[in-house]
Parts: sequence; C-alpha cells; structure tokens
Amino acid sequence: MSMLSRVANSIYWLGRYVERAENTARLINVNSHLLMDLPKRVRLGWAPIIDIFGTNHEFYDHYTEADERSVLRFLTSNLNNPSSILSSLSHARENARTIRDIIPREVGEKINENFIYAREHVNEALTQRGRFEYMRNIITGSQTLTGMLAGTMTHDEGYSFLRMGRNLERADMTTRIIDVRSATLLPTDNEELTPFENIQWVSVLKSMTAYQMYRRAMRLQVRRPDVLRFLFQNRVFPRSVYHASCEVEDCINHLPRSEKSLKTLKSLQKKLLKAKPEELRQEQLHEFIDELQLGLASVNGEITANYF
Amino acid sequence: MAIRWGNYKVKGFHDELLRATGRPRAASKMLCDYMRALKDKEIEDYKAAAELAIHVMGITFRVYSEEEGAIDRAWPFDIIPRIIDKKEWEQVEAGLKQRVKALNLFIDDIYNKQHIIRDGIFPADLLEDSSNFRKECIGIKPPRKVWAHICGSDLVRDDKGTVYVLEDNLRVPSGVSYMLENRQVMKRVFPDLFDDVSILPVDDYPSQLYETLLSISPRRVKDPVVAVLTPGIYNSAYFEHAYLAQQMGAELVEGSDLVVDDDDIVYMRTIEGQTRVDVIYRRIDDLFLDPEVFNPDSMLGVPGLMRAWKAGNVGLANAPGAGVADDKVVYAYVPEIIRYYLKEEPLIANVPTYKCINKDDREYVLGNLDKLVVKPANESGGYGMLIGPQATKEEREQFGRLIKRDPRNYIAQPMLILSTAPTLVGTHVEPRHLDLRPFILSGKDTFVTTGGLTRVALKKGSTVVNSSQGGGSKDTWIVDMEGE
Repeated sequence: MSMLSRVANSIYWLGRYVERAENTARLINVNSHLLMDLPKRVRLGWAPIIDIFGTNHEFYDHYTEADERSVLRFLTSNLNNPSSILSSLSHARENARTIRDIIPREVGEKINENFIYAREHVNEALTQRGRFEYMRNIITGSQTLTGMLAGTMTHDEGYSFLRMGRNLERADMTTRIIDVRSATLLPTDNEELTPFENIQWVSVLKSMTAYQMYRRAMRLQVRRPDVLRFLFQNRVFPRSVYHASCEVEDCINHLPRSEKSLKTLKSLQKKLLKAKPEELRQEQLHEFIDELQLGLASVNGEITANYF
Repeated sequence: MAIRWGNYKVKGFHDELLRATGRPRAASKMLCDYMRALKDKEIEDYKAAAELAIHVMGITFRVYSEEEGAIDRAWPFDIIPRIIDKKEWEQVEAGLKQRVKALNLFIDDIYNKQHIIRDGIFPADLLEDSSNFRKECIGIKPPRKVWAHICGSDLVRDDKGTVYVLEDNLRVPSGVSYMLENRQVMKRVFPDLFDDVSILPVDDYPSQLYETLLSISPRRVKDPVVAVLTPGIYNSAYFEHAYLAQQMGAELVEGSDLVVDDDDIVYMRTIEGQTRVDVIYRRIDDLFLDPEVFNPDSMLGVPGLMRAWKAGNVGLANAPGAGVADDKVVYAYVPEIIRYYLKEEPLIANVPTYKCINKDDREYVLGNLDKLVVKPANESGGYGMLIGPQATKEEREQFGRLIKRDPRNYIAQPMLILSTAPTLVGTHVEPRHLDLRPFILSGKDTFVTTGGLTRVALKKGSTVVNSSQGGGSKDTWIVDMEGE
C-alpha cells in the first residue's frame, strides 16, 4: 500500500525537528566553548548566533538586547522561534501524534518524554553550570530516538522520508555551525588572534563529536582548511555535509517519481565537491555557506512539491 | 483494610460478583478468593502496576472543560473485573444478533419501500421529525442490505437481575479499543489469574472488524484498500481511531487525504499519486461527511463521498443515515420492529419507555417526573438528561417545560436500580453501578464481542458511567464454567 502524502510529510518533519533540537543544542555548545576560549576583549558574545539562524526579526520582536540570557532563552524555550529546542521538540511531538499508527509505540513515548524533559529543566539551560548537562541530555535524547527508529521501524518509504528529513536538517545545521566560526564572527587578519585559531576549530569539531573522527581520518594537525574539508566533503563522517547529502540521495533513490529531486540534489553535491576550502577566505566561506543553504532549501522545495 | 467480602453490602442490588454478602457467585469464586488473600500492600502494588501500564500504553481519552479546554486524561480503570458466566452470555449474544439484524432490516426498509409504515406499525411522522433521518439516503441499497455494520448496544441489569438494552448506538459507537486495552492491562497485572480461570479471549475483534469491512468492498479485488476516516487528533476518540487502524493494518486517513474525482471514485493522496480506496470505516458524523450534500462548511469530510457511495464505488461503514434507528423514540419501537421483521419475540428486553409524543404517556411523565429518567431523543454521552429522583424541583420544572415545548424529542423510563460490582476504593471494596457495551459487527457474517466494555460509575451512588463525567471501566470476563 502506498504511503499517504500527509503521513509522509509528518514523518519527514518529525525527522527534521528531532534533528533540529539536537543541532540547536550543539550550536549552543560550540558558542559557549568559543566564548571561553577567546580573550575577553575580542569576544563577540551571542548576537551572531541569531544571525546564523536567520531569525533576527523574531528575536528583536521579543528582546531588546542580544545578551547571553536573552539569546539562550530564545534558543531553548521561546516558542515563537521555530528553531528553539522546545519548539522543535513540541513540533516533533505534534507530528508524531498524527502518525501514531505508523511509528512504534515506544518511539511515541520517547518523543513525549524528550519534550517533557526539555520543558521541565529549561531553567538549567540558562545557567552556565547547568547548560552542558542540559544540552547533553537534549543531544542524547534525539540520538536515542534515531537509534530506536533505526532499530524498530520498518525501513520502508516512511523510513526514507524520516532519514531524508534528518539528513537535510543535519546538512543545513552543519553549515550553520561552521558559519559560527566564519568571517562575520572573527577578524582573522588580526595577527594577535592567530594562536587561538586552531583551538577554536578544535571546539567546532568537538561540538559535533567530530574531533576523534577527524584525527583518525585526517591524521593531521587541526587546521582550518582540513577541518573545512572534513566537515564539508568527507564521505564517511555522518555529520559532514557531503555524507548527509549522500544519505538523502539514497533515500530519494528508494522513492517513486524521483528524477527532479535527484537532479537538484546532484547539482548541490557537485558544487560541494568542487569547492577548495583552502581558497575560501572569510567572505567567500560565508557566501559559499549561503549557497549551500539555498541549495538545500531547493531540495526541500522539490520534495515538498513532489510528494506532500 | 484489605478485601473482606463479609463487609461488602449487596442488599437492595443485584451484584455481578456476589449472590449475597460474603457469598460469591460460582463464576466469581476463584477471583474473590484470590482478592481476599491480598494484603493492602499488594493491592496498592497491583493498582500502581495497572496505572503504570495504562500510562505506558498511552491509553487516553480527551475531555473538554470550560476552564481548561481539551485535556488528555489517562483512562480510569478498576482492577477488579466484571464476570459473566459463559452460559448466560450466550443468551445475551443471541439476543444482540437478533436485535441488530432487525434494526438493519428496519433501516433498509425505511430508506426504501417503507413497508413497516404502510403496515401501520411505525408512525410516519416520527420519521419526518427525526434528526437522524437522511432524505439523501432514500432509495439507496448498500451491499448486503446492511447499514449498521458496527453497533454498540448499552446493556444494564436491574435489581431483579434482568438484562435490558438501554440504547443502541448505530452512528459511530466508540469504546472498543478500551475493551481490548483493558484486557492487555489485566494480563500484565494478573498473569497468574489467567492460568487458573478459563477466561474467553477478546482480541479477535480487530480481525473480525477487518473481515466485516472487506465484505462490503464493491470491488472484487484481492486486497481491497480499507481506510479509517478520523476527524483528526483533536477528536476525543482519536486514540481509538489510530488504534483500530494500526490493529487492522488499515490506513488512518483524514478528510483532506481523500478526494473524489468526476469518475465518482474515492482516491487517497499518496506519494505515488492517487490510490483508489474501496472501504471507509468512517468515524465522522453524517452531517460532516460530505460538504457537497450535508454541512457545506465541514472541513472534516470529503466532497463527493456521497456521490461515490451512491454510485456503488465505495463501501461506507456505518452507512450514512443508519443513525435513524438509534433515535431514543425509535428505540421504544424496537420490540415491535423485531416482531415485524423476524416474526420472533425479542430475546433481550427493552426498558419500558414512555413516548412523550403520545398524549397518555406524556401526561404520566409530567405527573411523575420525580420517579423517571427523561432523555432527549438525539443526544449521547449522558448529556441533557434528567434523573428525576436526584434532580431539584427547579430542574424538574424546567424539563416539564422542555417536554411540553417539544414532546417528540423526549422519552422517559422508570429509574432502574442498576446492578453493582465490587470496585476498589483505597484498599477496600465498595459496590458501584455499571453497564456493559458489547459491539455487534454485521457484514457477510455477524460477530459479537466476547463481553464488551464495562463502564462503571466511580462516584458512590452515581449511575452515570460516561468517561467524560466521572466514569471508569473494568475488564469484562466471560468465564467458561464447564468442567469446573
């Protein structure tokens, strides 16, 4: 029996929202680390994060200043921000409710549980001390769901939609996490800051649980071009943009009437592999990331138009 | 305090488990002995285990209140089951089959030749006033002449032990998922009891329902596509819609998932394009089913569904218009309906019913409001009822005025003293009133659930069993005593 469009849409967004909660938590982690590593006088604080999500408008509707507390509130508990941890998990829950007959019961319960945890402990995220524990639990919560779905849900078309949503979201957020460290944030022509450069790339890798895998794959010092190459183009690291795009490709290949979506994805992959990270200076890197995000958005657009 | 059957008061009631204080009925003896041996701590543990199982299984229902809006509540459940001897149940089962068979013949006749009216058994004007009579269905002949494929009939027992049908629900009766889940909870909590007592299983229902639905498929194909049509997640019975779809392996669809083309065929929108649907188990009320024909503002329904059904391209269960027979005034005629179509005497009694539309009956009702229960013809869920003996003088006077204004819309029945069953209050037992809703399936074959959903009024002395108004439920055991 072929899958209802509405159901496919809900599963796809369930995948996206579960992944988004995890990545927002990762992004908060990377910025917290970064702030601790940088010398006080060049710290840029939390304002750039709002930029990176493209949510300036929503933010300044509710807050006057991008101080740590306001930004964290906005990213964790604000329900007007579609990327906040709490809205992501609440949307995941609403999507799951409408497909109760499709996803395993235990998964439905776990989705519920993740939301309840996020809501009840949200104040801990606002304190520096409680933050890491909270983010760690959000990340583990999403990863547990991913594991449960992989291990208990039939790997049929519905599962393809789930994986597709997860990987598109992941690719998008990986580019945003890299963007935190990109040109708009830190002036690299400042000689004084060069010693900090590598340490900061280490923290980016760590925020994506990528440090160990990077060392194994690249066997190199942590240097900007290599880190970029790893996070953009590595074929086997699960959070690299290219890997995520290959996962999407695999999903699309399992779906009917897929020619157009596949073509859009292929052109994105081509752009991705052609890039030479060592040549991407700050400005170009930011532009390149913008281009990738637009490419991902058009894949999303194709899928929506084709199946939902 | 634990459970002491010697302190349990049975006098004045028919109790389902005990013949008299301290004296269990034969079919309940094993259970009563088991319960008596439990310590307070064990009772607490079993209750907690049942609550946990209900929570973990996600068994909820939605209630609406003015203060809080819609909230999901866990299903209130009593761990002491209600027990019926298989021998007695077989008679009830036969009575239910007889009743539903006659009701289906009645509905089919009403929308076609109307013999029963021409023969002077059923008054024509009752039909014109019925809010569940659908003139859009006149002349339609659904497959197998079955209109009410799924019927939920509410049974009660009075203080003499006589079983009555209180009402038939022929539109979109709900509750069967709770019957199935109650059994799952009991199996988790008391696995050892199932070793000792021969309790008949209930879990055939989803496959019988599926078989019933397949049997009304207009297309003779190998795997007809069956869908459960739900109003969506905000409906109070959404849990059940999702549950039944899941158990049958059918699609759970909302109105917006379906489309009827100019070819009068129903399709669902899928990722591969449009796929034909053969049978729809609809859980949306008639009036919201098709905005082309009924309520034009309905967002829940499917434009063109009636066209497709009339053209014989889709099976609808229950058929639109089937509700004409669950009008409470029509209820009063069911014994005549059974005699008329089947030439048989009813096997299960109707509660004696006064029809306010008849002058004599109305005068009796108006003069005896303090002794009677008054019900509006077309409401369900216990709303808009007057329970005379418990009502205030003002409430009775208000109902008197309502009846005079619209006599067609009211019936009255004597206040039955409903049977009781022991129900846990803390760690001891007290009698609480209950009813039973079995489900009857009609398609190619007829099936009756083994028992049904027992609903119990958890408030002391109350007879309102609806979950929206403080009711709970119990597992229902049909126990085979042969060879015991």
